[in-house]
Order: sequence, then C-alpha cells, then structure tokens
Amino acid sequence: MKVLVAAKRVVDYNVNIRVLSDNTGVDLNNVKMSLNPFDEIAIEEAVRLREAGTAEEVIVVSVGTSACQEQIRTALALGADRGILVETDEDMQPLAIAKVLKAIVDKEQPSLVIAGKQAIDGDNSQTGQMLAALAGLGQATFASQLVMGDGEATVTREVDGGAETITVKLPAILTTDLRLNEPRYASLPNIMKAKKKPIDVYTPEDLGVDVTPRVKTLKVEPPASRKAGIIVESVEELVDKLRNEAKVIS
Amino acid sequence: MSILVIADHDNASVKPSTLVTIAAAEAIGGDIDVLIAGSGAADAAAAAAKIAGVTRVLLADNAAYAHDLAENIAELVVALGPDYSHIMTATTTSGKNFLPRVAALLDVAQISDISGVVSADTFERPIYAGNAIATVQSSDAIKVLTVRGTAFDPVAAEGGSATIENVDIVKDPGLSSFVKEEIVKLERPELTAASIIISGGRGMQNGENFALLESVADKLGAAIGASRAAVDAGFVPNDMQVGQTGKIVAPDLYIAVGISGAIQHLAGMKDSKVIVAINKDEDAPIFQVADYGLVADLFKAVPELDSML
Ligand SMILES: Cc1cc2nc3c(=O)[nH]c(=O)nc-3n(C[C@H](O)[C@H](O)[C@H](O)COP(=O)(O)OP(=O)(O)OC[C@H]3O[C@@H](n4cnc5c(N)ncnc54)[C@H](O)[C@@H]3O)c2cc1C
Ligand SMILES: Nc1ncnc2c1ncn2[C@@H]1O[C@H](COP(=O)(O)O)[C@@H](O)[C@H]1O
Repeated sequence: MKVLVAAKRVVDYNVNIRVLSDNTGVDLNNVKMSLNPFDEIAIEEAVRLREAGTAEEVIVVSVGTSACQEQIRTALALGADRGILVETDEDMQPLAIAKVLKAIVDKEQPSLVIAGKQAIDGDNSQTGQMLAALAGLGQATFASQLVMGDGEATVTREVDGGAETITVKLPAILTTDLRLNEPRYASLPNIMKAKKKPIDVYTPEDLGVDVTPRVKTLKVEPPASRKAGIIVESVEELVDKLRNEAKVIS
Repeated sequence: MSILVIADHDNASVKPSTLVTIAAAEAIGGDIDVLIAGSGAADAAAAAAKIAGVTRVLLADNAAYAHDLAENIAELVVALGPDYSHIMTATTTSGKNFLPRVAALLDVAQISDISGVVSADTFERPIYAGNAIATVQSSDAIKVLTVRGTAFDPVAAEGGSATIENVDIVKDPGLSSFVKEEIVKLERPELTAASIIISGGRGMQNGENFALLESVADKLGAAIGASRAAVDAGFVPNDMQVGQTGKIVAPDLYIAVGISGAIQHLAGMKDSKVIVAINKDEDAPIFQVADYGLVADLFKAVPELDSML
C-alpha cells in the first residue's frame, strides 16, 4: 500500500514572530522556515509503516511556492520515497489545499493519508478533515496511536476528556497529535540520498483545482500586551498580594 | 440571518463552551437554533431550551450520534445547514473534528477559533500561537465558525424557553466506528471552566510530585494543568495539557510551577487575569507575562504556599 503525507512549510516553532508595522501580516523576511512539527510526526509514522513492511511507498506532498522544495527534501531525507510539489504563489487556504490534496489522492490512490493536526502558522486544524470529506473517506484526527489492520485502522485519539479509540475503514485520513511518535533526525547519508529522489511538480491548474481564496485578511495586529508584573520576595508576600491586591483568593 | 449552533453536551447537560458559542452568535445577531446530536439526549435538549436567547432546539436523538463520529455528525449538519447564514460550534476536540468536514461538504471556508465578531462576515482570530490577531472577512454564503472558549462571556444557562423539535435525519455512512474511551475521572473542576488553575511543568520532576499541586488545588478549588513537557514525560495525562496544541484557558488566577514559559505554553494561558510564576530560574520567560513572580525552588515554595492557604 501507498501512504501519502501532507507537509507544510511554516515559520520554525522557535521563532518569535513580529507583526509588520503596516498590519498586513507577519514579517517573514530572513525568518527560519521548517516543516510543520506535526507533519514531521506524520512522516515518521509513514516511514515506520514502510519499515515494518505494512507500506511499500511513502509519498510526501506540499502545496505552496517553489521554496517548499526545501521541506520536501527534508521529508525525503527523513525517509519518504518521492515528493510532489503543487506549486502556486496564491494565498492558499485550507479548503483550497484540501481540494488540491484530493486531486493528488485521486491520482495516487493511497490507502492512508497522514497530515498534521494543525499547522502552527495559521492554527486552523482543518485541512485533513476537509480532505477526508471531499474524498468521501473516514477520518481519525489527533491520533496518538495507530494500529493498521485488514482494511481498517484502529486509532487512539486525544480528546478533551482523555483518549478515545475508533476504527476507520481504509483508505482513510489520519491527523497526528504530538504523542504519536518521536520523529528521528535526518542522517548525513540520508540527506545526500534525498537529493537524488524524484519530485514531481504540478500547478493547481494542471490538477483542475480552483484555488481562489474565500477569506480575505483585512489586517493583522499584535495581541494586547500584558502590563509588567513584579517579583515578590517570599511566599508570604505572594499570598498577601493575591489576597489583598489582586483579590483572586480568599 | 439565522444561526445554527451545534451544542457541546454529554446527553444529560450542555457544556459551558456552548454558552460561549451562543454569546458569539448573539454578537453576530439573528435567530439562534441549537442542535443537540446525541443518543438519549432529551435532558440535554431540555437544558438547551432554557438557555437565554435560543429560538429553537433541534434534537437529533439516534444511536448514530452516540459517539460524536465526525462523518455522521457532519452529514447531519450538512443536511440542516443550507437554511442558515452561520454554522457555529465551540473550539473543542469534537468541534475541530466534524466542523471542517461540514465546511468542505458545503464548499465554504471554515474560520477557526474566532476570538471576536466585527460584523456578520468579519471576525478576529489568533494566529501563530496567539502572537498575532488576524481580522478576516469571508465571502462565502454560509459562514462556518468555531469559537474560542475564553473569548466571549457566556450567556445565561437559564431564562430562555425555546421549542424543542425532533429531527429524524439519520446519517451513518459507516466509515468509522467507536471502540472505547478512557475518560479521565475528574475530582476537580474542568480546566476550561475553572476560575483558578495551578499547572506544573518539567520542573515537577515526576508524576508523584504533582501531589504537591493537588493539595494546593484542593484548598483553592482549582483545576490542575500541565505543560507539554510534563505530559510527554508521562507525569500526567494528555487532557491536562495547556497551550497552543492543548487547552486554551483564561482563569482569574493561573499559577505556573516549574514551567519555563515557551511560546506554545503561553499561547494557552496568557489571557488569564492574574498570572503567578514560581520558577528557580530568574531568566525564565514565564516571568515576562507573570503579574507576580517568585524566584524559588518549587519544592520549598509550594509546600509553604500550601501551609499558608
Ligand atoms: C508544535 C509544538 C506544539 C507545542 N505545544 C505545546 C503546548 O500546547 N503546551 C506546552 O506547554 N508546550 C507545547 N510545546 C512545547 C514547548 O515548546 C516547550 O517545550 C514546553 O512548554 C516546555 O515545558 P516546561 O516549561 O514544563 O519545560 P522546560 O522548558 O524544561 O522548563 C522547566 C522549568 O522548570 C524550572 N524548574 C526546574 N526545577 C525547578 C525547581 N525545583 N523549582 C522551580 N523551578 C524549577 C526550570 O527553571 C525551567 O524553567 C509545543 C512544542 C511544539 C514544537
Ligand atoms: N500548504 C500545505 N501543503 C501540504 N500540506 C498542508 C498544507 N497546509 C496544510 N497541510 C496539511 O494539513 C495539516 C493541517 O493544517 P491546517 O489545517 O492549516 O492547520 C498540516 O499539518 C499539513 O499536514
């Protein structure tokens, strides 16, 4: 079986982003870009399925500008077999991305698609679910454990109250939570090997997908800042402040 | 305009997050219908009918909706959806699971986790772990929205007298099925509903040491939270994680113990009214958002705090 992994290029999670002074967005100049951390987990899970003999091929797909090649190479160095870039300069929103991914699913016919539970730039948490709906497939989101079975997968999901286990018919869409696995680091020989792995490039037009944005960003502002606090010298002072100044405990 | 709010409920009662979603719906304006999709959910429907501001309660009571399976709920909502200008639910793991499916099936965008209503088509939402707030405008005929639980003051749970109508649409495409759940038994208030939270991080060193926080929590009537590092290390279960990818909380008092204050943790708690940080490293970033910081060893400070309450 084939596993398709969706991987997004995002601002690295360690970067403290800055809102542009004209309020049109955040400053992406000279900012470190990385694979979305949840997508690294998705790649790791797919590669483990291949290593276990459950999957034959791991394909990684990214949607965005040509710079996404960099993240596809990283995924290939982590063990994916080949890459697909759907190249566009359009502001890509989850519905459009899901439509593009649906076209790739139609082309590749994977038994399993793994995406991240959310991209840490837009914090949308939509794309995997939308892809599942468009493809008419079942979904198992926020997965912390995956067990592949015959024609179905058993998945433990992280939910607000604790954990839940479901089975989902294959083909299916999985989205990863943090505790699904711990991704490996790419070794130098694998980074070299990745340079020779193939990447196919399409445009949304090639795939017949209309990616016109439905949502317009009118402005982006920094959040309200907190006023500076104080350092207290003792637990006694802390309790006094909480009781008598902040009045949050009795 | 008419708005469909899909309730977050446990068949017996309606969760507070639904009251917040209805508050956001009121800010948009229009008639508000509440959908209760569940199994044996008549009590939840009766509770929803009492919520202030609700026009109609739609009760879809069927085994197909017993376990919140995304495929089933999404098809139900899509069947009801075209009559509405807005379809909304709370940003919970359940809402995040089924609502994007609804949006895709209706061929409209979803706007996730709104924190403000500017007008019927324009909303504010945090991006980049809350380090920026975007104002976005939707051009779709139906607006599909999830609502941040800390962003609106809940409407009153009592005072309404909505009609209850049964919906006999049964949708079960058979794509997934429920096996089991391990719901953590709560002896304390739920994180997202608590007015005081005390959270522990990697500095707690192990799960047993969380007993120190439990004792304080019991005296304050507080909920207990954790950083991702504490959850990943296996100190406590995942439902306690506060942050960008865990729960978003904004209690009156948040006490962070042995937590460094990574961006991703701050994303989940920096809207709290009063923040206290206890950390032995005076340079820990948590002190930059703390109203009251205490530079101390937590194993000394927390028992001392406990004894003074
Ligand atoms: C995609 C992604 C999503 C994430 N989502 C989340 C999220 O939702 N929530 C979250 O919390 N994190 C999240 N993280 C992780 C985050 O980046 C940090 O790694 C994490 O918050 C660190 O947890 P911590 O503060 O407990 O641990 P550390 O950063 O290790 O800090 C421990 C602190 O304890 C203090 N300490 C140690 N011993 C003592 C003592 N005896 N007395 C007093 N203080 C002591 C230390 O000085 C230190 O400041 C995410 C990361 C990624 C990549
Ligand atoms: N531009 C993209 N290219 C490839 N995959 C994406 C893209 N955007 C989102 N995804 C996938 O969808 C997941 C959830 O993203 P989001 O819905 O934006 O939070 C990500 O973790 C990726 O797996």
